[in-house]
Amino acid sequence: MSHPATANNGHDHEEDPLAHASLHSYLLGFALAAILTAVPFFIVMANVFSSSRVTGLVILAIAIVQIVVHVIYFLHVDFQSEGGWNLLSIVFTLVLVVIALSGSIWIMYHLDHNMMPMSLHDMRNIP
Amino acid sequence: MPEHTATLPGDAGRQFYLTEAHHTKNGTLLGFWVYVMSDCLIFACLFATYGVLGRNYNGGPTGADLFDLPLVALNTSLLLLSSITYGFALLQGRKGRVGSLLGWLAVTGLLGAGFLGLEIYEFTHLIAEGAGPQRSAFLSAFFTLVGTHGLHVTFGIVWLVVLMVQIGMHGLIIPNKRRLMCLSMFWHFLDVVWIGVFTVVYLMGVLP
Amino acid sequence: MPDHPVTDSLLFGRLSWDAIPYHEPILVVTFIGVALAAAAVLGAITYFRLWGYLWREWFTSIDHKKIGIMYVVLGLIMLLRGFADALMMRSQQAIAFGESAGYLPPHHYDQIFTAHGVIMIFFMAMPLVTGLMNYVVPLQIGARDVAFPFLNNFSFWMTVVGAVLVMLSLFVGEFARTGWLAYPPLSGILNSPDVGVDYYIWALQIAGVGTLLSGVNLLVTIVKMRAPGMSMMRMPIFTWTALCTNVLIVVSFPVLTVALALLALDRYLGMNFFTADGGGNAMMYVNLIWIWGHPEVYILVLPAFGIFSEVVPTFCRKRLFGYASMVYATVVITVLSYLVWLHHFFTMGSGASVNSFFGITTMIISIPTGAKVFNWLFTMFRGRIRFEVPMLWTVGFMVTFVIGGMTGVLLAVPPADFALHNSLFLIAHFHNVIIGGVVFGLFAGITYWFPKAFGYRLDSYWGKWSFWLWLTGFYLAFMPLYVLGLLGVTRRMNHFDDPSLQIWFQLAALGALLIAGGIACFLIQLYVSFKRREELRDHTGDPWNARTLEWSTSSPPPAYNYAFTPLVHDRDAWWQMKQLGYTRPQGGFIPIHMPANTWAGIVLAGISLVMGFALIWHMWPLAILSFIAVIGVAIFHTFNYNRDYYVPADDVARCEADRTRLLASHA
Repeated sequence: MSHPATANNGHDHEEDPLAHASLHSYLLGFALAAILTAVPFFIVMANVFSSSRVTGLVILAIAIVQIVVHVIYFLHVDFQSEGGWNLLSIVFTLVLVVIALSGSIWIMYHLDHNMMPMSLHDMRNIP
Repeated sequence: MPEHTATLPGDAGRQFYLTEAHHTKNGTLLGFWVYVMSDCLIFACLFATYGVLGRNYNGGPTGADLFDLPLVALNTSLLLLSSITYGFALLQGRKGRVGSLLGWLAVTGLLGAGFLGLEIYEFTHLIAEGAGPQRSAFLSAFFTLVGTHGLHVTFGIVWLVVLMVQIGMHGLIIPNKRRLMCLSMFWHFLDVVWIGVFTVVYLMGVLP
Repeated sequence: MPDHPVTDSLLFGRLSWDAIPYHEPILVVTFIGVALAAAAVLGAITYFRLWGYLWREWFTSIDHKKIGIMYVVLGLIMLLRGFADALMMRSQQAIAFGESAGYLPPHHYDQIFTAHGVIMIFFMAMPLVTGLMNYVVPLQIGARDVAFPFLNNFSFWMTVVGAVLVMLSLFVGEFARTGWLAYPPLSGILNSPDVGVDYYIWALQIAGVGTLLSGVNLLVTIVKMRAPGMSMMRMPIFTWTALCTNVLIVVSFPVLTVALALLALDRYLGMNFFTADGGGNAMMYVNLIWIWGHPEVYILVLPAFGIFSEVVPTFCRKRLFGYASMVYATVVITVLSYLVWLHHFFTMGSGASVNSFFGITTMIISIPTGAKVFNWLFTMFRGRIRFEVPMLWTVGFMVTFVIGGMTGVLLAVPPADFALHNSLFLIAHFHNVIIGGVVFGLFAGITYWFPKAFGYRLDSYWGKWSFWLWLTGFYLAFMPLYVLGLLGVTRRMNHFDDPSLQIWFQLAALGALLIAGGIACFLIQLYVSFKRREELRDHTGDPWNARTLEWSTSSPPPAYNYAFTPLVHDRDAWWQMKQLGYTRPQGGFIPIHMPANTWAGIVLAGISLVMGFALIWHMWPLAILSFIAVIGVAIFHTFNYNRDYYVPADDVARCEADRTRLLASHA
């Protein structure tokens, strides 16, 4: 019967699960994330761009960059972790997320456009 | 070629089995990561729903009418800070300093609780104003997306408290270290989702 | 906010004696039958004092082999229920013309076709597929169990709870009347205020948790626990298809979870996701559910393809043709299955550009499947074919599935689909591929691996009868439906006015009877095989002279699977071992590390059953309490760090010596 103190399934020579943490990566990641958070808030709250469209695209782009920062500096995903399976699974998931998101929006836009023809103002106010 | 193999007469010089105990690699971290990927898809669908229904105001209030950006900025800071305090906790854990580890975990939990408190405040305020999730599809999508994130944070905090108790009881044995790493993945993942939320829901939601 | 009638009580919600359908004779008779059968089974278990045995050896077992067998048992029981629904539908449609209304009014008929779909997909096909993957994959990769044995047990019981909820709806309340995918607004609270859709939602959400966790489990198992030397490109094809299937499970089931959750939010909290007013959009549900739904059918069929890839080389005594292309085809199908979902609703008005895109991707996905069929055929070519029962099912599959696939490509053309969508042509198509592909594959797999699991082969006489009745029955039941579909007949109708259609429905009913005969023969086969098990005994562990690692173990394998972890050098590892004169080790055994049984899986699932039932009937205090209990028990379980034990070397030695004696006495 194995005692909790040694309950690691006999894998004494296994790599320490906490090995990836490093102060450097956390501080750098935090600094980048803080900047990449402050900038979009500023852009929106100070009305930096007159066009909603441009604003939307810019803050989306910044969000994507910040997500990458989190994944690299906080989640420590690289080509080595878990024999490459971590990276492969996140890339695969990302591809499917993009398909599901863009596919849904494309489909639903076309459906609404074809099947519910009305002005934009009406669309926002239909009961 | 592994050292502890067996060659028997008739095996034509090929080893067909190991004679020593075979330690299969532990799958907990990969398994939890895969679970996090499935959670990504849950949020992706909620984002897609928000993307499709997010402008259906039903004649009711819009994001510009409702969202309090300074409050959201405060919330975002709390969550981001909690991510780094969790990182500090792991660093202490790596050095074997259980007391400091637990201290930083507690700070993380408090920051998370602060985040939740502000969010609950925001939700009750909206509902009191008549902008509850039943008002319109936009609000249904808003409450569900942001609320699901909040529920995940709640589960994370419960898990954090339980794990603190378990580390207190058993110390930094390997299973507890794995659980710390899993919670780390979970916590950072929630921060990643929040980036999407504050960008797509709040910042883009106030744009005309 | 949906109205909760004043009659809702705090403790019992909207549950009352009215929920029991005293006035429906069919249900009353069914209930009496089920109650008698249950009493007989429970009585027998009690009389033979088997509860302790069942609890220790099966219900709390984390052994992937036992869990696999329990999944298959669940699937076969639910096959009978789902098929009973089919017989009722066929008989109704065969007689309900003109003046005759048949015996199933719409209120009842609608529940039957909904239950038929839900049961066959979620509680027959999924458990059977999961069961076979659970049993076979760890053995095929040279492992002792799956990556997360406790989760495996938990996943099984969650699936059982889903099935129990669906079965409960027969006798307490009613089931959904919306079709198996429960589209809003029909499934919304205004149009379906009764418990039916709630039974549907919670049965699937609970079972869905089990399936998702199972997906994670098998995926990590295949990635992490392969025997040394078994690189990805040396895995058996069944393991490859299992890997891709579980990837699909992990990325598609969350979408189902969200769609059902949003529907539940609409129903329970009055939200406006899919409502006709309030800004909702019912098509978003259709969109989400099919983003799940299409990968789901590949989750069902890929393991079947994997089974055929094991059966064909074994019974043609020839290695699989085109291993690499099989792998690539499987991976391509996995990715492409996520790009075709709109073909399920071409007619909803998304327009030419959207329809063409998805029409083209749908046609493209048939190509890798075609490549697989060619690979199987090329394996058979110049092989020395033995027409054992699994091979019969395989040949039946090849013909039947190809026809079904072709009608699928026909439907992939949007203009054609505009005429055929939701007609009986569609019904014929998907039954063609699901029965021809999945069901035939499952029967091939069950027959193929039965000796491994139980130590004796299935009787081939009854197996052949079962096959031929299924094959002829299938064609007789569904070819008329293609004709009817082309004539413009819509699905899900319980009554028709045009008497010229009746002959086709009568033929279809006859076909259904033949299939019933096929199922009966299968059950007889199980019984006869058990009676004749000494004659049919598999002494060597390798009754078919097969190629993959699982056949190197005894039949059934010991709990620990392998006394020593295998070392792999090539594909078809066992075949190579046999060619090179491998001899079993007779000594030097070491203690083996194994996971321990657990009560937590069945207990957590049991509480989830209570929670689901409480949510369905609006018994809020009970729902909240059981939710807290689930969390509490789960947390309590995490405080248990002692989840393993060691099999002593002496036990291993004894077990292996038994096998040595057995092999020697039948050499």
